[in-house]
Amino acid sequence: MSEKKKNEDPEDSKIDEIVESSRRDFLKKVGIVGAASVAGAAAVYSGYRYEKAKSTGETIKVLTEDNRLVEIPKDQVKDYKPDLKVLQTRGREGIKGKKWAMVIDLSRCRNARKCVEACQGAHHLRPYEYHINTLVMQESKNTPAYFMPKTCQHCDNPPCVSVCPVDATFKRQDGIVLIDNERCIGCRFCMAACPYSARMFHWQEPMNAEADQGKEYNIELNVPQKKGTISKCLFSADRLREDSLPYCVSACPNGVFYFGDENENAVTNGTTKETVMLSELLEKNAGYRLLDELGTKPRVYYLPAKNRIFDFNQGPATEYKETT
Amino acid sequence: MTTSHSGSTRYRERVDLISQDILRNVSINKGFILWMGFLTVLLLACLFAYTIQLRKGLGVTGLRDITSWGMYIANFVFFVATSLVGMLISSVLGLIGFKWVKPIARIAEIIAVAFASIAGIIIISDMGRPDRLPNVFLYGRIQSPILWDVTVVTTYFLVSLMLWFIPMIPDLAIAKTRLKDRPAFLIKAYELLSINWIGHEKQVKTLNQAVRILLILIVPLAFAIHTVTSWLFAVTPRAGWDSSIFGPYFISGAFVSGTSAVIIAMFFYRKSYKLEKYLTDDHFEKIGRVLALVSIIYIYFNINEFLVPGYKLKTLDAVHLEELFVGHYAPLFWGVQILGLVIPVILLLLKQFRKPLPMVVIASFVLAASWLKRYIIVVPSQAHPNLPVQNFPVQWMVYKPTLIEIAISIAPVILALMIITILSKLFPVLPIHELAEEDVLDGGGNVTDLINGHDSGVTLENKKENNN
Repeated sequence: MSEKKKNEDPEDSKIDEIVESSRRDFLKKVGIVGAASVAGAAAVYSGYRYEKAKSTGETIKVLTEDNRLVEIPKDQVKDYKPDLKVLQTRGREGIKGKKWAMVIDLSRCRNARKCVEACQGAHHLRPYEYHINTLVMQESKNTPAYFMPKTCQHCDNPPCVSVCPVDATFKRQDGIVLIDNERCIGCRFCMAACPYSARMFHWQEPMNAEADQGKEYNIELNVPQKKGTISKCLFSADRLREDSLPYCVSACPNGVFYFGDENENAVTNGTTKETVMLSELLEKNAGYRLLDELGTKPRVYYLPAKNRIFDFNQGPATEYKETT
Repeated sequence: MTTSHSGSTRYRERVDLISQDILRNVSINKGFILWMGFLTVLLLACLFAYTIQLRKGLGVTGLRDITSWGMYIANFVFFVATSLVGMLISSVLGLIGFKWVKPIARIAEIIAVAFASIAGIIIISDMGRPDRLPNVFLYGRIQSPILWDVTVVTTYFLVSLMLWFIPMIPDLAIAKTRLKDRPAFLIKAYELLSINWIGHEKQVKTLNQAVRILLILIVPLAFAIHTVTSWLFAVTPRAGWDSSIFGPYFISGAFVSGTSAVIIAMFFYRKSYKLEKYLTDDHFEKIGRVLALVSIIYIYFNINEFLVPGYKLKTLDAVHLEELFVGHYAPLFWGVQILGLVIPVILLLLKQFRKPLPMVVIASFVLAASWLKRYIIVVPSQAHPNLPVQNFPVQWMVYKPTLIEIAISIAPVILALMIITILSKLFPVLPIHELAEEDVLDGGGNVTDLINGHDSGVTLENKKENNN
C-alpha cells in the first residue's frame, strides 16, 4: 500500500529522486506489462541501476500498473503471478471507476443453456450446481411462457451482504457482489435472505476438489471451490480484470446477453459484439429489473420476451442426478 | 424478600426440617451414575453421527439449496424459546409478587440455563465450516442479526446462571454443614460456592439487591433473545417469514413451550424426589392457569399470523398457506394447532384437569407440539421462493431429514438433560432458605415481631426495607 502511494506522489515521478531498495524486492515484485505496481518505482530504479552496473545492460520497456513507462533489464523479467494476499486485496476492492451492468434480452433466449455450461466449466461446478440457471417462466395461465436466464442480480442494496455475520460476502466499488470462501462460515443466512435464490452451497466435496488442490484461491473466480461454503455468480470478475466479457455472455449463441459499464452507458452484446447505449437499449425495449419492488436495486436488467422469432419449445426434460 | 433472621430459632427449626426433605435427594447415588452413563452412551452415538457430517459435509443431511435451513435451526429456535421460561417465572411472576412461584423459580432457572447454553451449540452443528467459528469474533459485522443473537443468547445464559446460583448461596451454606457424608469434592464445592455465607444482614442485603437487579435486567434480555431469533427469519423477504409480528409471535410461543417444560420437570421432581409437600396440587393448579393464559395469548398471535395473509392471499403467501392448510404440511400443522394448543387450552380451563397427572400429559403434548411448530415455521417457507425452482435433482425439491441429521438433533436434548440432571442432583432443587423464611413469616406472626423479638442482628436499615 505504502509503495503504491509513493507512486502516485508527483515528487516521486522522477526516477532520479527515488530512494534505494533491495534487489530482492525487485526480483520478487516487478513483472512484465500489466504487472503490479506493488514493487513501485523505487525498486525499479534501484534494481535498474544495480543491474546496469552488473550485466550487459540490455533492457526492456515496461508499463507499470499506474501507467508509467519504465525500463528494466531483460534478463530480470518474469511472469507475474499474484499471491493470495494480492488476489484477496484487489478482489475485495474491485475495478476502479467501473459500474458493471448486465442486460438480458428474453426475446432472444431459446434455452440453449450454453451460458450455464460455460459458467459451470469455468467455476468447476456439477451440472446441477448453478451460478446461472435458465428457468421456464409463466406468470399466469393466459400469459406466454418464456425462458429466463437467472444470474446473481448483484444488487446495490444486497440483502445477502446485510445479513452476513463475517463480511464473507461483500459489495465491491464496481458493483459486483462477491463471496470469499476463505472466510465463509457456512451459516447460509445469505441463502435465506436472497429473494432470487441466486446462491448455492457446497453440501459435499466440490467436483474438482482433488484436481484443484494446492491452487491459489482466486476470489474473483471462486476457484478452488470449498466444501461447506457458499458459491454464486461473480459477473466473471476475473474476466473483467482481463478486459473480456463474462463466460456466460460470450458463450451465448443467441445474442441474449449484453454486458458493460454503466458509467460509460455502454453495453456490448456477447454474441454480435455490437456495443449499444445502455439507456437507449432499456428505453426502447421497456427494460425492467427482477422483483424491483423489494428494493434490492439489481444491476441486471431484463428486456421482455416480446416479438419472438421462434416458437417456445421446452424440449425433453433433463433429469438431474446427484453425483459425488 | 429475604430478611436477616438466621439467628431466629424458629428459622433454624424450619431449615432443619426442610433441608432434610430436600438435601436427601442431593447425592451421587447409583441412579445418578446409571442415568448419566446411559445419557453418555447415547451422546457418544450422536457424536459419532456428527463426525460423519464433519467428514463428508452437510450433504449427509436432507438440506439442499432449496431448503437450506431445517431441523437444526428448528431445534435452535425451540431451545431458545424454552429457555425463556426462566424469565417468565422468576421475573414476571416473581416481581409481581406471586409467592407460589418460590419453589418453582429454581426449576425454571435450571431449564433456562440448560436450554440457553445448548442453543449456541446447536448453531455450530448447522455450520458448514464449524472450524471457522472464530471468524464471528474476528470479522463480526454488527449489521447481521446473527451477531445480535450470539451476543444476547450468551448474556441471557450468563444472567440465568447467576439467577440460579445467587439465590442458592444460603442453601449451599446450609448444605455444606449438613451433608458431611457426601463425597469430599462436593463439600469442597459447596464451601467454595457458598462464598462465606453466614447470613449476616449485610450479606442478605447484598444478595437481595443483586437478585433484584438481575430479575429486572433479565426481562429485556429475554425479550431480546427471542425477538432477535425471530428476526433471523423476519428480515428475509420470504412468504411465511416476512411478518411484522414475528417478534411477539415467537415470544408468546416461547412462554408456552417453556411453561410446559417446567410442568414436566415439576411433576418429575415431585414424584422421584418425593416433594409432594413443597410442589403441591395448588402449585400445579396455579401453573396450569399460567399455561392456559400464555397458550391463549399464543392462539391470538396465531390467528393474526395466519388470518391476515390468508385474507389477502398474495401470490406466494397463498402458495405457502395452501401447503400448511391443505397441502403437504397440513397434518403436521393442524395436529400442532389442535392437539398442541386448542385442546390443551380447553382442558386447562377445566379445574379437574389442573391436577399433576393430567397436566403432565397435557404439557407433554404441548412441548412436543412446540418443537413441531418450530419445524413448521422454519421448513415450509423455503420450499416456494420468489422464482421457480427448476433443473435440480428431484430429491432436492422436498426436504426430508436424514437419520444422521436426526441423531445430531437429539444430541442437544441429551446434553440439556445432562445439565438438568447435574444441576438438580448435585445441588438443592428447591430453595431451602427461602422456603424456611417464608414459613417463618407466614406461620410465626408478623414480620416486625420476628425482627424485634428474635433477631439480634437487625438494623434500622433492614427494618426500613421491610416497611417499604
